[in-house]
Amino acid sequence: MANSLSQAPPRNAVHHLLGHPADLAGHIEVHGPLAVAPGNDASWQRALLAALESSGLTGRGGGGFLTAIKVAKASSHGNGGTVVVNGMESEPASDKDKVLLTRAPHLVLDGAQVVAAMCGADRLVVCIPAGRDFVAAAVTHALAERAAQPYGGVVEMIVRPPDRFIAGEESALVSWVETGQSLPAFRPDKGTPLKIGKRQALVHNAETLAHIALIARRGADQFRSRGLPEEPGTCLVTIGGAVAQPGVVEVDRGTPLSDIVGRGSPVDPAQAFLVGGYGGAWIGPAHFATPYASMSLRTIGATAGVGVIIALGQSSCGIAESARIARYLAGQSAGQCGPCVFGLPAIADDMALLARGQAGPGLMARLQRRLDEVNGRGACRHPDGAVGMVRSALRVFAADVLAHERGEPCAHAGAPTVLRFPGPVSL
Amino acid sequence: MRARRGSDRPALPRAGFAVKTNLHIVVDPVACDAYGYCAELLPEAIELDEWGYPIVDGRPLPAELVALARRAARDCPKRAITVSEKSSR
Repeated sequence: MANSLSQAPPRNAVHHLLGHPADLAGHIEVHGPLAVAPGNDASWQRALLAALESSGLTGRGGGGFLTAIKVAKASSHGNGGTVVVNGMESEPASDKDKVLLTRAPHLVLDGAQVVAAMCGADRLVVCIPAGRDFVAAAVTHALAERAAQPYGGVVEMIVRPPDRFIAGEESALVSWVETGQSLPAFRPDKGTPLKIGKRQALVHNAETLAHIALIARRGADQFRSRGLPEEPGTCLVTIGGAVAQPGVVEVDRGTPLSDIVGRGSPVDPAQAFLVGGYGGAWIGPAHFATPYASMSLRTIGATAGVGVIIALGQSSCGIAESARIARYLAGQSAGQCGPCVFGLPAIADDMALLARGQAGPGLMARLQRRLDEVNGRGACRHPDGAVGMVRSALRVFAADVLAHERGEPCAHAGAPTVLRFPGPVSL
Repeated sequence: MRARRGSDRPALPRAGFAVKTNLHIVVDPVACDAYGYCAELLPEAIELDEWGYPIVDGRPLPAELVALARRAARDCPKRAITVSEKSSR
């Protein structure tokens, strides 16, 4: 690939995010200095855009949107004010950003500097939720190392939005940085640039930025040497549920789901996987070998979502667990939109009745109608995630649903949850 | 007063409208407070969910309903309705 990007010596020639030094000296030794051209260097910008485009890197917003397009669009506006590093990871089952920001904070910050240089931003804010102090400490330490060098382009700072599920939604995050209010915005056209004051706010997930940092230094080929030709690279996945070793792994895109879960040492054969986190989708054993790539996941009604895969073991009830997730998500509404405020608790109530084997006549029809009506009617996609998860549960656990509906809940309906929630979640 | 969805509502007579426009009704769900006036004015295109919040079907408005839709937008106490060339989804 011909371009004018500075090519660091290929000391570790394989693209990976985890396993690099966390401290700045080690980071520079392995990766070389920050690969950002000073000033508004058009040829550097063109080369970087070409590398991003050829890398095929996509964001973690769930839609598989090409990062090159997002950066090119922001770059063409040229009035980027703030790069917002989304390290909120408000999904309770996810740990990938915590791991990345504590183990490779300089990769994330370098990626944010690259985006700032591309788009004319003059500051960079790293968002770590209040209360998550070990992550904030790692980032604060990294920022201090860079300030002492000095290392980096634009001003870098850390901010601490509230630890709410919805606080990581990009418009809510920008709203918090600007006004201190963590509320998603109604944006009929999701392509409308987010703004702080009159200038653009460029929100990127921490993981995406770390990939950008490596692509900016080494070009696209190393990234493309991992994963699938049509969906290259690696991604971070949190494995949870009925596994002996839950945690974060870095996998090639396209790795079969069962292989990913296998790295967590499953304790018994799973009856289902929850793919994409609490707003994701359940899939049954027939689809366990599906490649972890957006096109393949879409064909089975799932998305990579927040990068979580949870294995549901034989001694859990999928309906009871789904009811708990529905209850949790209902409690995490930002409280702005009627369909979410009233609809999600109503759906959670229906699921709880079903889980307890107390579904009266008409409950399933009512639940289906509520799912249909609530879907797509919030300012953000929070209610849609809850609806999709419940729909997938009714599909994947269909045999259990029938039994529960008859008033014969399965033996494990009363078992304690295998899911992680920040507080107690009742059925 | 929040209107409730009637179970005996007649089928929506949309098929009878011939001339389609490229206009859509867009509800701002943050602004909406479930007054329900829009559904009274325009039952052909807006129905209410069980909590009184409007559901629009996302199809383009037939020409016959555009004037009513604009009135619904004007009369909404929360200014939550717009008639726009873009669908909200």
